[in-house]
Amino acid sequence: MQSNNGRGLDRRQFLKAGAALGAMTALPMGRALAQEPVNLTVWAWTPKTQDMANRFMEKYPHVTVTVENVGQGAPHYVKLRNAVTAGTGLPDLAQMEFNSIPSFRALNALADIGPLGGNAVKDAFIDWTWSAVSDGEQVYGMPWDSGPMALLYRADIFEKHGLTVPETWDDFAEQAIKLSQAAPGTYLTNFGVDSGWTAAVLWQAGWRPFKTEGTNIQIRINDDIAKNWANYWQKLIDAKAVDTKPAWTSEWFAAFDDGTYASWVTAGWAPVLMQQSMKKSFGQWRASPMPQWEKGGKIASNWGGSTFATFNTTPHLQEATDFAVFMATDPEVARFWNTDAYLFPVLKELINDPTLMGNEYEFYGGQAVNTIFAEAEGQVDPSFEFAPFQDYVNSQIEDNFAMAIGGNGTLADAFDRIQDAVVAYANDQGYTVT
Amino acid sequence: MLDAFGPVPLVEFNAVSNTLSGQKPRVIVSKKVAPYVLLLPFLLVFVGFLIVPMGYAFGLSLFKTALVGGTRFVGLENYARAVVDPKFWDGVWLLVRFGLIQMPIMLSLALIFALILDSGMVYARSFFRVSFFLPYAVPAVIATLLWGYLYGPSYGPVAQLATALSLPKPDFFSPGAILGSLANITIWEYTGYNMIIYFAALQAIPGDLEEAAKMDGASALTYALRVKLPMIVPMIVVTVIFSIIGTLQLFSEPYLITNLARSVINSNFTPNYYAYTLAFVAQQYNYSAAISFLLGAVVAVFSYAFMLLANRGGR
Repeated sequence: MQSNNGRGLDRRQFLKAGAALGAMTALPMGRALAQEPVNLTVWAWTPKTQDMANRFMEKYPHVTVTVENVGQGAPHYVKLRNAVTAGTGLPDLAQMEFNSIPSFRALNALADIGPLGGNAVKDAFIDWTWSAVSDGEQVYGMPWDSGPMALLYRADIFEKHGLTVPETWDDFAEQAIKLSQAAPGTYLTNFGVDSGWTAAVLWQAGWRPFKTEGTNIQIRINDDIAKNWANYWQKLIDAKAVDTKPAWTSEWFAAFDDGTYASWVTAGWAPVLMQQSMKKSFGQWRASPMPQWEKGGKIASNWGGSTFATFNTTPHLQEATDFAVFMATDPEVARFWNTDAYLFPVLKELINDPTLMGNEYEFYGGQAVNTIFAEAEGQVDPSFEFAPFQDYVNSQIEDNFAMAIGGNGTLADAFDRIQDAVVAYANDQGYTVT
Repeated sequence: MLDAFGPVPLVEFNAVSNTLSGQKPRVIVSKKVAPYVLLLPFLLVFVGFLIVPMGYAFGLSLFKTALVGGTRFVGLENYARAVVDPKFWDGVWLLVRFGLIQMPIMLSLALIFALILDSGMVYARSFFRVSFFLPYAVPAVIATLLWGYLYGPSYGPVAQLATALSLPKPDFFSPGAILGSLANITIWEYTGYNMIIYFAALQAIPGDLEEAAKMDGASALTYALRVKLPMIVPMIVVTVIFSIIGTLQLFSEPYLITNLARSVINSNFTPNYYAYTLAFVAQQYNYSAAISFLLGAVVAVFSYAFMLLANRGGR
């Protein structure tokens, strides 16, 4: 009003107002009004994320998105948590694994993007991924990639030693013992200390360690399911039928490549990851469904996968939501993650897409490995809950498993110690533990 | 003579220059204030980056923040819990054992190298001085990654060599070997640093003492052990205290080697590692602050105890 100095609208302003009105009727409400330049910062560790953000910027020209890689795994979350604690320095959005969503919700750091467009795309996602990010109508992240589980194994080693592809975990144990006897120094697999893998494999077995309702938390870490699982692996470790080297080292990767390890119970992001990093074992890998606890069972699990979560400190919640929705649901972008990066999709449309899932990989002897993982995606039970302090739980799993592997007590003892430590921690953090 | 290089107040400089240019001497700051003005840059940094953060951390240690229920004042409760926390004392005990292996080896090596270099019997002395010192210039992170590769159980060069010679591969990350493996890294990193300190002290010994010792018929070895060594004892005491402090704060090396040796290094392996885990994994910033101050107290006690011991020995 100040600009026209009390005179009525001049011609130019009148035309501008008319154009704006036209735009408002042409576009959904609320969009046209927010056209001032907006800057969004995103923390993500996946490669080429900025390329995909650029596509978002083509569609939303008033938004500038900067992708920053602050590290992967612990360093990423430590920085996020420090920024939450400090009350400053948070990005607008961050890539966040499914198992960290409850922890950041417990810190009241995540924004509910349900009403801003989150709920509108609900049906596009595989059910378990949606339950992992939502709480009724509240939505705390956009599922982005997942890790449905299956078994990758070396056809050449299996053939050489007459091993059969295990359908059940009993078969798996049998083959493990058989291989270790037939070829000492070669193992069916490695039991490394990996809390993410442990939770995922126990998820399949029916382990449901946490149930959080508000400030009440039920903790059942050392239940019978966990103990049976612990005894199962303890037997294999004691029989030296599996190796117990640390996971995720370059030596560990090399051991898969050079035939020291003949199989890996792993997730949907692994096939492309392995294809990118292994040379010697080219063409020898195959996929088969995850071993079952019951013969003929059809239960898989999920390991890893991530979301885009929006922080409630962002001044641009709508744009941040638009970005998260775009990255997760734009068909071209979603497809790109699977073909060019190693991310396994979360969209029903892509999981059911025969050309995408039916891609035959030479690294896997021409097998369409994704079909195995796509089938597993539908066999993930959505009822699994992570703790609102999952990083602490993970550190306890790792410390205590490490002790057991180092020969101090058994894995079953480790579960008892983890239960005690986590209960004490939950009480100390003010939860009512039941 | 030394007085000429003592503290020169700003006023005198001004007085001289002003007199030369024919003006009246101007006094900008008085002699009493001048040293503090010169110290100001240091004091600002010292207060801003040491005193204030320490005060903040101490403040933190008196509160307790929980995920449920928020923050409340708890006084010394965190300290009461810390002094009986076995995870903390396990770490201290580990470092005591670590120090008993590492410090004697590192300091004697440093001393031997310094004495050899100082004896004048070595050609290309500055080359050796620099090359011994070089590892200290390598950041601890790089050094640890480098050694982590060398220790690699299957594909590290040592393991490869063992395979080539059909010998059993050494396991540098076994429970029995891990302390030695870590000690080796820190010895490699810090021997040169200590050697330079000793070397500088040895260089300061007046040459006429050597002449006198030779006149009395002392061999080079006797001279080194009976004359030079006693003269640098104060320096040795200082390096031992530095080493005690450094040892008790050990963090980077075990932290970075964790992924390679998960079954022997846990999240409370050393007290600093424990403080890190508490703050950044378990979100117990308050308790972590208390553990850090307790560690500070332990360091002070160990250093003071050693000083008492050294003083008694000296008399």
